[in-house]
Amino acid sequence: MYDTTYHRAGSLQDAEAKFAAAEDAKFLAGGQTLLPTMKQRLAAPSDVIDLGKVPDLSGISEGDGSLVIGAVTTHYEVASSDVVKRLIPGLAALAAGIGDPAVRYRGTIGGSISNNDPAADYPAALVALGATINTNKRSLSAEDFFEGMFMTALEEDEIVTNVSFPVAEKSAYAKYPNPASRYAMAGVFVAKTSAGSRVAVTGAGSDGVFRVSEMESALDANWSPEAVAGISVPADDLLSDIHGSADYRANLVTVMAKRAVAAT
Amino acid sequence: MTTVSMTLNGKKVSANVDDRTLLVQYIRETHGLTGTHVGCDTSQCGSCVVHVDGKAVKSCTMLAAQADGSHVTTVEGLANGTELHPVQAAFREHHGLQCGFCTPGMIMSAVDIISRHGADIDEKTIRHELEGNLCRCTGYQNIVKAIQAAAQEMHGAKVAAE
Repeated sequence: MYDTTYHRAGSLQDAEAKFAAAEDAKFLAGGQTLLPTMKQRLAAPSDVIDLGKVPDLSGISEGDGSLVIGAVTTHYEVASSDVVKRLIPGLAALAAGIGDPAVRYRGTIGGSISNNDPAADYPAALVALGATINTNKRSLSAEDFFEGMFMTALEEDEIVTNVSFPVAEKSAYAKYPNPASRYAMAGVFVAKTSAGSRVAVTGAGSDGVFRVSEMESALDANWSPEAVAGISVPADDLLSDIHGSADYRANLVTVMAKRAVAAT
Repeated sequence: MTTVSMTLNGKKVSANVDDRTLLVQYIRETHGLTGTHVGCDTSQCGSCVVHVDGKAVKSCTMLAAQADGSHVTTVEGLANGTELHPVQAAFREHHGLQCGFCTPGMIMSAVDIISRHGADIDEKTIRHELEGNLCRCTGYQNIVKAIQAAAQEMHGAKVAAE
C-alpha cells in the first residue's frame, strides 16, 4: 500500500470538511474493497476518511411502510436484524450470503453500493425493491444511482447516508456463486411491490445491474416459478469470461429467477 | 504517523505507526504477537482472523488505525494461563490441524461461530460458516469435528473423546 493519511470522521460535517481539505481523498466505510484495492496499489488516495464511527450513518429503523438502513450498517447487522427479517426477508437473506462471516462483520451497505461491483449482491435488491439512496446532497432512485460497472451517480465528495426501502409484499434473492471467489455469476432479486412485480439481475450484466421487464409482466399475471421459466434474457449484453460464457449466464438468470420466486 | 492505542489481549498498548499499517502488521510486527498469520493477504484465507470488539474479522483487511480504541483479541489471548480455551483443547483432542498454518484463524473463527450458533450447530452449518477460512492441507474433517465437539463442551453437553 502506498503511503496515505488516515482520518476518523466524528460526524458527517467533519467528514465533508476533511475531504475538502485533502488533496485526493477517498471515503472509507468497511474497507473490504477499498483496502484490498489500495494494497494492490490500484488505488492510492492521499487521505482516507473513515466513516465507520459516524453515529448518524449506522443503524436500522422502521418508517411508515419503509425500512431505512444507515450507510455504514454492516452486512452482519442487516442479516441478523429482526426488523429486516420481518419487513423484507429477501434483503436479510441476501446480506447473509455476501462474502464470508468475517467480511460481513466489516462490509457495509453504503460501501458496497458506492463501489457498484458488477458482481455485488446489493444492487439487485435496491433496484428490485425500488429503494431510494439518500446522500449528504440529495436523494436518488436506485435506477438513477447505478450507472454501470463500478460507476454510480455519486460525485467525488458525496456521501451515502442511508438507503430507504419501501416494504415489499414478497421478496427473495437467489444467486449462483462462482465456485472459487463466491461472487455472483448471476444473482436475481425478485420483489412483489406496490408498484408491481420487479426482477433485477446482478453479476451477469456487462453494464452492471439490470431489470427484466418481460419477467416482471409475467409475474404480475402469475407469481410462480413457472411464469418465468420460459423467459430468457438476450446474451448480447452479458459478461463472458473464463468463468462462464454469456449464453451460460443467460441461462443462469432464468434458473436463479425461478429459484428466487420459489423461495418467496 | 499516527498513534494507535487499543486493549490487546486485555493489556493496554499504544504505538506510533504509519497510517497505512494494517491491523495484522500492528499485532505481529509492532507488538510481536506472531500467532496471527498472514496467508493470502487478500482477505480470502482467514489465517489472520482476530476479534475486534468481539467480532471475528480479517486483520489483513483493516487498518490498525480503524481499531484505535477497540478491544482486540488474538489467538494468544484465548487461553486462561496454562489452561487452553475449549476450542483450542478440542483442536488438540481431535487433531484439527495438519501443518497448523491456518489454525489460529480457524480457532478465532470457531469461537465466533460457536458464540452465534450454540451447542446444537450441525456439520453443514459449520462447513458453511468456514467459507472464509481455508486449510491448504484440506484437513477440514477434523477441524469440523473439533468445532462441533467444542460447541457441545462449551454449552455443557458431555462429549466422549473419539
